[in-house]
Amino acid sequence: MMKIHINGSVREIDVSPDMPLLWVLRDVLGLPGTKFGCGMAQCGACTVHLDGKPTRSCVLPVSSVGAREVTTIEGLSSDASHPVQRAWAEADVVQCGYCQSGQIMTAAALLEKKPDPSDADIDAAMSPHLCRCGTYVRIRGAVHLASRLKRGER
Amino acid sequence: MEQQRVVLLRRSFLAGLGLAAGGLALGLAAGDAEAAPPAPLGPTALPSQPGLRTGVFLHIATDGTVSVVCHRSEMGQGIRSSLPVLVADELGADMARVKIVQGDGDKAYGDQNTDGSRSVRDGYEPMRRVGATARAMLVAVAAKKWRVPAAECVAEQHAVHHAKSKRSLDFRELVADAAKLPVPDAKTVALRPVSELKRVGGLLPLLDGPAIVTGAAQFGADVRLPGMLTAVIARPPVVGGKVVRYDGARALAVAGVKKLVELPGPQGGAVGFQPLGGVAVVADTTWAAMRGRAALQIEWDHGANAAYDSATYREALSGAARAPGKVVRKVGDVDGALAKAARTLEAEYYVPHLAHAAMEPPSAVARVDANGCEVWAPTQNPQAARTEVARALGVDEAKVTVHVTFLGGGFGRKSKPDYVAEAALLARAMGTPVRVQWTREDDVQSGYFHSVSAQYLKAGLDADGKVSAWLHRTAFPPIPSTFDGRVKTPSDNELGLGVLDLALAAPNVRAEACDAPAHIRIGWLRSVCNIFHAFAVQSFIDEIAHARQADPREVLLEVLGPARHATPAELGVQKVPNYGAPIEQHPVDVGRLRHVIERVTEISGWSAARKAGRAVGLAAHRSFLTYVAVVAAVSKDALGKVQVDEVWLVADAGTVINLDRARSQMEGAVVFGMSIALHGAITMKGGAVEQTNFRDYPVVRTTEVPQRIHVEIVKSDAPPGGVGEPGVPPVAPAIANAVFALTKTRARELPLRRLGL
Repeated sequence: MMKIHINGSVREIDVSPDMPLLWVLRDVLGLPGTKFGCGMAQCGACTVHLDGKPTRSCVLPVSSVGAREVTTIEGLSSDASHPVQRAWAEADVVQCGYCQSGQIMTAAALLEKKPDPSDADIDAAMSPHLCRCGTYVRIRGAVHLASRLKRGER
Repeated sequence: MEQQRVVLLRRSFLAGLGLAAGGLALGLAAGDAEAAPPAPLGPTALPSQPGLRTGVFLHIATDGTVSVVCHRSEMGQGIRSSLPVLVADELGADMARVKIVQGDGDKAYGDQNTDGSRSVRDGYEPMRRVGATARAMLVAVAAKKWRVPAAECVAEQHAVHHAKSKRSLDFRELVADAAKLPVPDAKTVALRPVSELKRVGGLLPLLDGPAIVTGAAQFGADVRLPGMLTAVIARPPVVGGKVVRYDGARALAVAGVKKLVELPGPQGGAVGFQPLGGVAVVADTTWAAMRGRAALQIEWDHGANAAYDSATYREALSGAARAPGKVVRKVGDVDGALAKAARTLEAEYYVPHLAHAAMEPPSAVARVDANGCEVWAPTQNPQAARTEVARALGVDEAKVTVHVTFLGGGFGRKSKPDYVAEAALLARAMGTPVRVQWTREDDVQSGYFHSVSAQYLKAGLDADGKVSAWLHRTAFPPIPSTFDGRVKTPSDNELGLGVLDLALAAPNVRAEACDAPAHIRIGWLRSVCNIFHAFAVQSFIDEIAHARQADPREVLLEVLGPARHATPAELGVQKVPNYGAPIEQHPVDVGRLRHVIERVTEISGWSAARKAGRAVGLAAHRSFLTYVAVVAAVSKDALGKVQVDEVWLVADAGTVINLDRARSQMEGAVVFGMSIALHGAITMKGGAVEQTNFRDYPVVRTTEVPQRIHVEIVKSDAPPGGVGEPGVPPVAPAIANAVFALTKTRARELPLRRLGL
């Protein structure tokens, strides 16, 4: 048995230690908001926070998580109240939506580190993420909007 | 318990927004699934409770709640936020009191194939009639109660109003009596004047947005059933290949692996939508199944396609395009005009196979019991899924239920339900619910690929430089080969995507279709043959312009000719396939194409947009009955590679229901087209796909996307055209034309990055 700190609570899991965190979330803990896209940290769909840092869960063996706090899209807010979620909704960013859990997690982490990011900051932070629908331009705008929402300017 | 709490909070939050939240939160925690089957998109059928029911699409409950069926699949185009709004507008309903029902696969709804950019085109009038029928019945009841003429009554804001007497009755007060009336023939009910449709044409809210940004939205792989196992399948690397023998001992030794199941390959002469066969590893988790598959040792018989090699095939394809083919379009005397031309130009273009690479790899969940089979799948075509599952299981379609989940992108891949049939076969073999999960490698290597193509174009120019003769030969393995392996000549429908329907001012035109046998599954991919036809034609017109040292914009307008409706006689064809639409209703309207060209060059400042180190390219194309023109500006980055700086796109899609979704589709089409232009190439060696994942099948990332993509949707009251696909075709040639203007290197093949650009 292993303990995992997830979205503010502690869960006990009994899984193979090499199982990537992604599959622990999806298949064991019942948290399917984190998505499988490529299995090799190429697309960002599986992004979660590990102690606040955006991390590709598809290549991270669960045994290496340790005591670090895992936050998934389900744990970002329970009611879509996070500024990034509000901005995404206001800008009607999403098309199919499959990549957006990961995009939102990275955007949320970026704003913790850089409350008022430049376009270049946003591109650098968001570049691990693929969106086949092509929502990139709206994502850039929504990150700026989330920054304003978070700083209480809106 | 923590999970449960989160689930409930989310459900009540969504309910508060008036969304169809009933099912959105279901199935998240294992405990939930016991209570009710998963319903990823909320209800899947109209309520059975009493109320007004006008047919299969609409129900109004006695509390006034309107339920509308969305029978097409949601894959990012926003159809759930569009068609139901149209019904509500026609009815006069308040969207806060409208519930969206996601229809299961059922022929009662008519065609459900979410494909061909035609959900709005097909649904615009019929869905208005659904709303108008119910409105007529509610108005009739109110008018009778008030003893006033029905014509004096107006339905809006979920009530019928009589202005003269200042009386109003909410729909809920009318439903019971309306339900007793005979349902009028939908074809005869009067539609509102378009000016009365309150929301249609505006920036409509995205109804599923909140579910997506909280992670609550359920895609195919998110469905959970009690006792469900997960399967990952080792498929033949070559289409038509078979398992000779396999050793599963090491796979079975992986903890969590339950069973290995050999699946048969396609039966009969056609691959169609049948699974490719192979060996499935069924396990208690996805990871165990993946590890089990990696441990499988399989000896394959690669079959008849094992020699398929992209390099040698390209030679053959080029040879086919250089030789006469089947004449499919002819006006005047091309050979005579070429002989007399002051100057001739010729060029050959090549576009490789492409993969859809939707962010969500294929996945489906199935359970099979004595009553039949129930599946949950991200499918663009739930009826085809139903048919294919029934065929695979050897049961009657009536025994198969197909529920549609959110699609994590479709782009044509998810019109083909092979992966759904896989889930059904495995659920039967296991006696438990099974989820099939494709990996990204499976998706890149075992898809239905966009066809590889070679095209040869030759033009004769007269003394003034005007095009007097136009010859276009196109060679590509056709899509019908997937359904009948003997077919190797492009079909009329495929030629209708940019060859037969291309309006030209030239008096002598001939198009020929050249044979090309298929060695993999060929399928339609967002905008289909328009991709390579528009690339060749729009590049060639740009080549003509540069050969004449003339402005490409002026030459493009000249080559297309004056504003007119190009008739089949002018085009030199028996019939324009025209995406299945009558040519009278959707003519080949050169005036509309000219207009989008004029607008896009105006808003981009065509002449002024060129600066030192920056060049622009233009392309325009009619597809899916919509007219799109694109200007791309390119420059070189610090490493000397071409980068796309800015893109302008103008689209005339006729009547638009949801302006914001039309814009977002066009923005997305620019990015999708950029991936085709810069990166897309599936290549074959030994019959198998050489690429594996995003690292060798790259698609555009944010760092390559221009800071600004300008989209203008032309205001039009023409009948609706397509929105999802027609933005794609002009993007690659606009970029290639800009690259030529910048570098003087003519890219006659894609992708550009493979040319070192």
